[in-house]
Amino acid sequence: MTAPATSRAGGPGGSSSRASSPSPQAGGALAALATVRDPELDEPITSLGFVASCAVSPDGDARVRLRLPTYFCAPNFAFLMVADAYDAVSKVPGVRSTEVVLEDHFASDAINGGVAAQAGFAASFDGEAVSELHGLRADFLRKAVLAGTDQVCRPLLAAGASRASLLAMTLGEVPASGALDRLRQRRAELGLPSGPGAPLLIDPATGERIREEAAPLHLRRARSSRISIEANSSICRGMLRHRYETSGLGEEEQ
Amino acid sequence: MYEKNGEKYFVVDGHMHYWNAAPDNWVPGAEQYAKGWIECFHAYMGLGPPETHWSLEHFQKYSEDDLMKDVFEDGYVDVAVFQPTYLKEWYKEGFNTTERNALMGEKHPGKFVYNTRWDPRDGDEGLEVLRRNVERFGSKGCKLYTAEWNTGSRGWKLTDPGAYRYLEKCQELGIKNIHVHKGPTIWPLDKDAFDVADVDHAATDFPDLNFIVEHVGLPRIDDFCYMATQEPNVYAGLAVVIGALMHARPRFFARVMGELLFWVGEDKMLFGSDYAIWEPKWQIEGFVDWDFPDSDDFSDYPRLGVAGKKKILGLNAAKLYGIEVPAEFQLAPDQGTPAAPDDAQLVAGA
Repeated sequence: MTAPATSRAGGPGGSSSRASSPSPQAGGALAALATVRDPELDEPITSLGFVASCAVSPDGDARVRLRLPTYFCAPNFAFLMVADAYDAVSKVPGVRSTEVVLEDHFASDAINGGVAAQAGFAASFDGEAVSELHGLRADFLRKAVLAGTDQVCRPLLAAGASRASLLAMTLGEVPASGALDRLRQRRAELGLPSGPGAPLLIDPATGERIREEAAPLHLRRARSSRISIEANSSICRGMLRHRYETSGLGEEEQ
Repeated sequence: MYEKNGEKYFVVDGHMHYWNAAPDNWVPGAEQYAKGWIECFHAYMGLGPPETHWSLEHFQKYSEDDLMKDVFEDGYVDVAVFQPTYLKEWYKEGFNTTERNALMGEKHPGKFVYNTRWDPRDGDEGLEVLRRNVERFGSKGCKLYTAEWNTGSRGWKLTDPGAYRYLEKCQELGIKNIHVHKGPTIWPLDKDAFDVADVDHAATDFPDLNFIVEHVGLPRIDDFCYMATQEPNVYAGLAVVIGALMHARPRFFARVMGELLFWVGEDKMLFGSDYAIWEPKWQIEGFVDWDFPDSDDFSDYPRLGVAGKKKILGLNAAKLYGIEVPAEFQLAPDQGTPAAPDDAQLVAGA
């Protein structure tokens, strides 16, 4: 279900600059934002309700305001979302300039300034970070692969597939589904085997096929990862709803 | 004490607070952090039942009488464990300090356990403060908040050499229980601040200490579970799990409970209300009534019966803290041993 993208005045987010008559560019910018994911929750920032507003002027100046569930959300993940949003919107045809502002966050100034200056994370948090966030992003993509493995395997097991049959299965043999598409996409992003001939069950760190004796633990851990992410996501949504009266652009109920 | 269907539950609230987060306690120049912190806590309260919500003003500063009524009179708690959080960079007298807790608690003998805290960045001076606190308040446990800001530093890890000095000191002083709470910041900021790998190392290196991971490692429940299943001295602190999920997201609550019962087990789980974020009353009532939804999704999780709920609500924590439990609340001999450390084992063939 898609919640209406309302913008009531007086909300603490101050999200009043929603494009009232969406230009093609504004629609394109919002579509671009829908490709940006929260790296921890593995879900688009739009459906999570993190996009407070998105507008593009007739001259092509894009203005995006983002918001998060708490004032103290982890600054590294927040930085990734703001930087990814900046990159995604900048690439929309017809967009001449891009500004992405994270509101109401303890590190708003460092993040917004750093992204605007294309400075990178370590420079934006001078002295507080030693490297960029590629490793962090990859760690959480691996968790997303594990969680996605459970999303694909659970319906197969429920339909009577044995564990042994999952071990032998390739991605091309799994019935088509949104969950399968997501899993393949995440694996491809990590450079893991994702073609139709690749095994369904692989170690997300090495890409190696899971051995038979390791399969029970692998599937249990896949479920734990999925439940962990889903529980976090449900708490984040609850906190966001408490914090802001208005729905985000493209926000979806869980 | 809580009684339902003829069963009597001895309740230890393993994680609660007596804070002052009102503007009169905000550090000049750091008001935005003090305000942001308490507003974040208040948003968590929003995940509990609406009739239990407080105004922000009341939430910032509640009275001693409020606490005694909410926790003991209405809330069924027999013994409550104060878990201090200092945050002195933002709150002039600290958010809730060992001293503040004890000053209140000493008017109510037998009701409270005073945990203290330490921060490895406080060096030799901090070691001496720790010694004095243990002497003065009889602390048997410490609450560690790894994301605390301290003179320009945004956090620390249990594997920092300075931290090991403090863990050694804890053993020397007779402290048994180390409650670890992860937060959003740490040095360096490009690492995952919520990672629990450092608890894993410390638990291995200090087998005589118990490590209670608060909020079951949220938001890293999966990593926490996998670590806890391998470490006999690692426990799950349930504060936030019940408060944030049981009412607001019952299906996710059931899944998380299923995971915890599978990986960690009912002997290693400890109730904590996280008062004043949530009042204990509704949490205890709901938890005693709780069962898995009737669905195949949950069929392969271990069941939780009355004995397990008795352990989680009080008997496990009573064991860790040496709290005397009257005979009427004890388990029958065939109902298992609370806080049995040898239950943890790597589940490979599940």
